[in-house]
Amino acid sequence: MFGFILRRLIVTIPMVIIVVSLTWGLIRLAPGNFYTGEKKIPPAIEKNLREKYGLDKPWYVQYGKMVWNIVRLDFGTSLKYEGQSVNSILARTLPVSATLGFLAYLLALFVGVTAGTIAALKQNSRLDYSSMALAMLGISLPNFVLGPILVLIFSLTLYWLPPTRWGGFPSLNLILPVITLSAVYMAYIARLTRSGMLEVLRADYIRTARAKGLSEKAVVLRHALRGGLMPVVSYTGPALAFLIAGTVVVERIFVYPGLGTYFLNACLNRDEPLIIGIVAFISISVLIFNLLVDIAYGFIDPRIRY
Amino acid sequence: MNGRNGNILEVRDLRTYFQTEDGTVKAVDGVDFELKRGETLGIVGESGSGKSVTNLSIIRLIPDPPGKIVSGEIIFDGQDILLLKTEEVRKIRGKRIAMIFQDPMTSLNPFMRISRQLMELTELHLGYTRDQAYEHAIKMLETVGIPDARSRVDSYPHEFSGGMRQRVMIAMALSCEPELLIADEPTTALDVTIQAQILELIKSLKQETGTSVILITHDLGVVAGMTDHIIVMYAGKVFEQARTRELFATPGNPYTKGLLRSVPDPTSEQGALYQIPGLPPDVAHLPPGCPFAERCERAEDICRREFPPFVALTPDHHSLCHFAEEVYSTSKREREARAGARSQEQVLDLE
Ligand SMILES: Nc1ncnc2c1ncn2[C@@H]1O[C@H](COP(=O)(O)OP(=O)(O)O)[C@@H](O)[C@H]1O
Ligand code: SF4
Ligand SMILES: [Mg+2]
Repeated sequence: MFGFILRRLIVTIPMVIIVVSLTWGLIRLAPGNFYTGEKKIPPAIEKNLREKYGLDKPWYVQYGKMVWNIVRLDFGTSLKYEGQSVNSILARTLPVSATLGFLAYLLALFVGVTAGTIAALKQNSRLDYSSMALAMLGISLPNFVLGPILVLIFSLTLYWLPPTRWGGFPSLNLILPVITLSAVYMAYIARLTRSGMLEVLRADYIRTARAKGLSEKAVVLRHALRGGLMPVVSYTGPALAFLIAGTVVVERIFVYPGLGTYFLNACLNRDEPLIIGIVAFISISVLIFNLLVDIAYGFIDPRIRY
Repeated sequence: MNGRNGNILEVRDLRTYFQTEDGTVKAVDGVDFELKRGETLGIVGESGSGKSVTNLSIIRLIPDPPGKIVSGEIIFDGQDILLLKTEEVRKIRGKRIAMIFQDPMTSLNPFMRISRQLMELTELHLGYTRDQAYEHAIKMLETVGIPDARSRVDSYPHEFSGGMRQRVMIAMALSCEPELLIADEPTTALDVTIQAQILELIKSLKQETGTSVILITHDLGVVAGMTDHIIVMYAGKVFEQARTRELFATPGNPYTKGLLRSVPDPTSEQGALYQIPGLPPDVAHLPPGCPFAERCERAEDICRREFPPFVALTPDHHSLCHFAEEVYSTSKREREARAGARSQEQVLDLE
């Protein structure tokens, strides 16, 4: 177990460097520079800027410095938010995005597992069909459509909830963004739970449990749920990666000062250190999260040993 | 409270159908049998003949949908199980009627410790405390011959071999001292050597506890030394029923004869076994006549036209066949010939 975790952590380092190198290459490939803005800059100033940020050095020196920064976990200073280190920006924006993402996943888990289990138990009933139709809708409706619709209904028409802006935790401001972000996962988890539960409910050991005279509640909660939720557990790893992509859009819609908003701005501004920093941070979190999921898997299924 | 005429179980005209896209599957279609307290009944037939569905019907574990018990009576200790409320059936399941299933690899919950899976039963039905249930679980594992029971009771199923898991299943089934034990092909998934051990275990536990047993198998060789009565099933129907000795000695049905010929004979060296030609019919689309007609050596035109009668050869021996009497008397003649040959051999030996 300990050896397994150590091995996985060591593999994380080259994987993060590969992801970041690709990002770094892509930034270079695109034409223009962070100072190529609205006005033309005199050549003398351009030369100064290039010297100041090390852009006059050969590419391998720049690349080496970037990799070294990652290994040190110190991503340098932002080009656009002057005087602010990338680390301080991460520290400031992470709580916002993490709150949003965590609550969204929790909501998705709760609603999805409940709906999926009920749908599986009442297979082919009206309840099953309607919840699965709703799930289908949730999967096909993009969050940049759902968000504005919710705002239109609950803020601009009913005046129940604030339309935008971060209000800390807990606050009413969280409700609409969390729902918007979680809709897809809710729907997806509901479908995963339903199919997982349907498969387990057909298993021989469930028949054994019934033959013991256990109540339907005990059969489902004690015997079926654990096996039925395995697909949901393995989905948690990739879900985190998608959640991060989702926050970029949702934070934009609801004007949240989160990681997603800053990432988008960094890309638009070609703020290279900030882009690299955020990409590195996200890759590390995704890899660590996947590792945690695998460890959890071993705890849930006694047949799996590392 | 003894059941009528000492029967622990009477199944009357049981019909269990499944609604599938392919039509109505008449998995069990008019099955009758009874089981005396303390006796063992064998249910034999090829795969798909409705043995499992018959027995799942007894404890009302047919998945609905697609299945439904359409008609019949299942009188257990004087009570018709089909008339009981679900909660009342639950009090019978696992406590008074227990089941052992075919595949011990998949019939235990892989996520749960053996101890929990055993304790669950006595806590539920006998009101045991955790400690009592735990001690009882260990005792049951010892009873079924699991060495080191105390240290292994907290294992997970995957840490046990197939034979050991089937022993756990038996321990589980016998936890609440049921009056009826239904073993559905308990040895089919196991190695030959383990098969014999498990059968021996069931036999000795049955003798100790006096439980009535239904033993299901597709292999007549398995039931020979185990049962008092046998019913032979085919396409959801009872084709023959008799006392075990009688059925082996003088079968009254061509299908039974075919099954008997396919039993491996331990005294003969030849490896090639007889097999009844063809496959069991699709019970969703049965022809009007005898369902066995396509594969039967004895079949005549009438077999394809008319459904055969259930003929009483003796008060205790029935056969579903147009030519039951004839097949029966052939069997008797064959038996006499065999007996003659044997005494001849003895005479030759003496000379
Ligand atoms: N859940 C089900 N849905 C549809 N058909 C079923 C189901 N269970 C059993 N059957 C059908 O019932 C028939 C008898 O099956 P079964 O009792 O399991 O046979 P066996 O004698 O091998 O135990 C088979 O034709 C099978 O296909
Ligand atoms: S009724 Fe005809 S087909 Fe059916 S078992 Fe008898 S002889 Fe064979
Ligand atoms: Mg079967």
